[in-house]
Amino acid sequence: MAFFGGKTFAHGIHPPGLKEETRGLAIRQFPFAGTLAVPLSQHIGKPAVPIVQEGQEVTRGQCIAKPDGFISVAMHAPASGTVRSISLVPSITGRMVKGIFIEPFAASTQEIAEGKPCDAETATPEEIVAAIQQAGVVGLGGAGFPTHAKLKIPDGKHVDTLIINGAECEPILTTDHRVMLEHTADIYAGIPYLMKATGAERVIIAVESNKPDAAEVLRAAMPKDLPIQVEVLPVKYPQGAEKMLITALTGRQIPSGKLPLDVHVVVVNVGTTAEIGRLLPNGNGIQERVITVGGPGVKKKGNYRIQIGTPLRFVLESVGVEDDITRVFQGGPMMGQAVSSLDIRVTKGTTGIIAFTERESGSLNKRKEYPCIRCGYCVDVCPIFLNPSQLGLLASAGNHQRMVEDFHLMDCFECGCCTFVCPSHIPLVQKFRVSKMAVRKAKAPA
Amino acid sequence: MKKWTKVLEIRSSPHIASGHSVDTIMFNVVMALLPAAAFAVYLFGLAALLTIGTAVAACIAFEHVFCRLAGQETSVGDWSATITGLLYGLTLPPGLALWMVVVGAFAAMGLGKFLFGGLGYNPFNPALVGRAILQAAFPVAMTTWPDMPVNRFASLPSSTLALPFTQPTYDAVSGATPLSAWKFEQVMTSSRDLFFGTVGGSAGETCAVLILLGGIYLAIRGMMNWRIPLAVLFTVALISGVLHLVDSGRYAGPVFMTLSGGLMLGAVFMATDMVASPMTHLGSVVYGVLIGLLVVVIRVWGGMPEGVMYAILLGNAVSPHIDNWIQPRVYGTQKERAES
Repeated sequence: MAFFGGKTFAHGIHPPGLKEETRGLAIRQFPFAGTLAVPLSQHIGKPAVPIVQEGQEVTRGQCIAKPDGFISVAMHAPASGTVRSISLVPSITGRMVKGIFIEPFAASTQEIAEGKPCDAETATPEEIVAAIQQAGVVGLGGAGFPTHAKLKIPDGKHVDTLIINGAECEPILTTDHRVMLEHTADIYAGIPYLMKATGAERVIIAVESNKPDAAEVLRAAMPKDLPIQVEVLPVKYPQGAEKMLITALTGRQIPSGKLPLDVHVVVVNVGTTAEIGRLLPNGNGIQERVITVGGPGVKKKGNYRIQIGTPLRFVLESVGVEDDITRVFQGGPMMGQAVSSLDIRVTKGTTGIIAFTERESGSLNKRKEYPCIRCGYCVDVCPIFLNPSQLGLLASAGNHQRMVEDFHLMDCFECGCCTFVCPSHIPLVQKFRVSKMAVRKAKAPA
Repeated sequence: MKKWTKVLEIRSSPHIASGHSVDTIMFNVVMALLPAAAFAVYLFGLAALLTIGTAVAACIAFEHVFCRLAGQETSVGDWSATITGLLYGLTLPPGLALWMVVVGAFAAMGLGKFLFGGLGYNPFNPALVGRAILQAAFPVAMTTWPDMPVNRFASLPSSTLALPFTQPTYDAVSGATPLSAWKFEQVMTSSRDLFFGTVGGSAGETCAVLILLGGIYLAIRGMMNWRIPLAVLFTVALISGVLHLVDSGRYAGPVFMTLSGGLMLGAVFMATDMVASPMTHLGSVVYGVLIGLLVVVIRVWGGMPEGVMYAILLGNAVSPHIDNWIQPRVYGTQKERAES
């Protein structure tokens, strides 16, 4: 959908970017915590199955859990050390999940164990898909869907466009921005794997216009022999959402309930692409990821490469926080999930660790909720063209059936635009989450 | 390691907000209405000041009382009662007996708003409900328009202070409004007078330019759906323009039709009542066109010189149905619609 302002999607919002403080800070390696706990379920799908025992010594990068079925990925030791236990660890969902606790060796150089390399030139698409699963790669943009699963193209389907998602439309987050600037070579090393696996004919790297330096670096380093183009999109949230990005770049709409594959597109996050380009040539697995640690409550804000399994408490204490922090969440401020415990660990899906103080959260908490005045702001911003106002009233009435059948509840991907603009301060997206959960529960076989 | 053991808030995303709030929107609407109200006082003097002041005070008081009767926290602070009071006051003839103003305010807040559940649930614009009740109850008083008195800041029309439940007496035969002059006497008022408001009429309806400025301010701040007034005014201008071309002697021209009577105030500030108007863009346009159409029909073929109030009330009544018919087309459902 091309407007005079450049390619973008319809509706959406313009929240404050809040990226100024960390966009210019280079990625730095984070120290190792005293104990790391790798949750076996950091992705959508079945948890990985541990292949190490308590007391066993592991090398950094060594595979410690194998995928259980196709929609599942391997886990790797984030540090050389001793497996202390395989027990429960709190997760962002509030549930306890099984995890492998590793105590790093105190004086180890923490070099990474070499694995079986996978070469983009010689490997078959099947081998690449298997190697990506073995490397434990999931969508690093936050969704946590196993990447190899969307790269395996079923018979009869074909992909013409591969989109590398560097939109990073969430405020505060700057990890993809830094990865594009600093790991440009890894991105271009990763793209051939993705092209070969999907059979895509062309590649579009999508960058929002608030990252002109990233677009410039990507263009300058672009290999001549690959059909890649860099597209700069006007800044708008939620442009980084798969559906919105595909519509912005190709004008195609994914039919309700279908996948990008059904419109011949595969979207992979730019950080995920760089990680594939970094890991596969050496046969490594994911042991760490780049995370923006920021927000008004954080003192030493920055973009850090942090080991998977690091407790949030360790992260926040290392960077220092203000005395009056009230709220900590993983991800950006639009879709990030508040953490209930600082014993929750960094996972592959952690894009940001943001702390708010009384100043930010207090002003939100003190707001009064008014009745819906039908102003239509939410209708004007919903990128899926739902009617959040109507859905909100139905949710309050508990009428899930009408929400689903007449108002397309299940198409809501919880971007939060409606709640952001609502002048009555109604927690619309939260109502929709609860309703969707109730609908899924009712549908699930008993 | 255990430097702090603070309790963390668990709140759902988003963790930031646009800063829009019902009370700030309503407050801005009040601000946007003040110039028109000030002009009304300038034009009609103490009588207008008392009419508008009584209307606002009575609406706020009734809002407070009804909240308390319902056992709720008072909602006076959201400014919506102030808007209702202002709009209601601006649609009244200056010099209307104050006890009638209070009766209308009771109807506006009670019948127009709280009977339906208060803010967000009123199917009709409460200010117009109040005015409609008065129109039905006191047709003479509601269509008696004072001339612009010379000593307007020193004295009051005797009708203003009429004792409750007595018929007010009028000082003099009142001046006609531009619309009644046109309808009943075939006298046209100049567009310049209409635009700058130096004509007879309800307190706040007369000055088109100040109403427009208030509307533009709200539209720029995103606090008013500008499609509605645009659709209303365009429809009125278009239909009256066509009629004028057919028979310029019988039908007034588009400029007169859009600038006269309560149309400007109604189109900009009353038809745009968020609660009682449709939510989609297309729905707003349909709603605006419908109101514009009704205004012309009532003015030209109806028994009354002015039809804005009933046009908007009818538009309000249709609004939920427009919202039912015209829903946004959900992303990714085009094909499904084509097949069905």
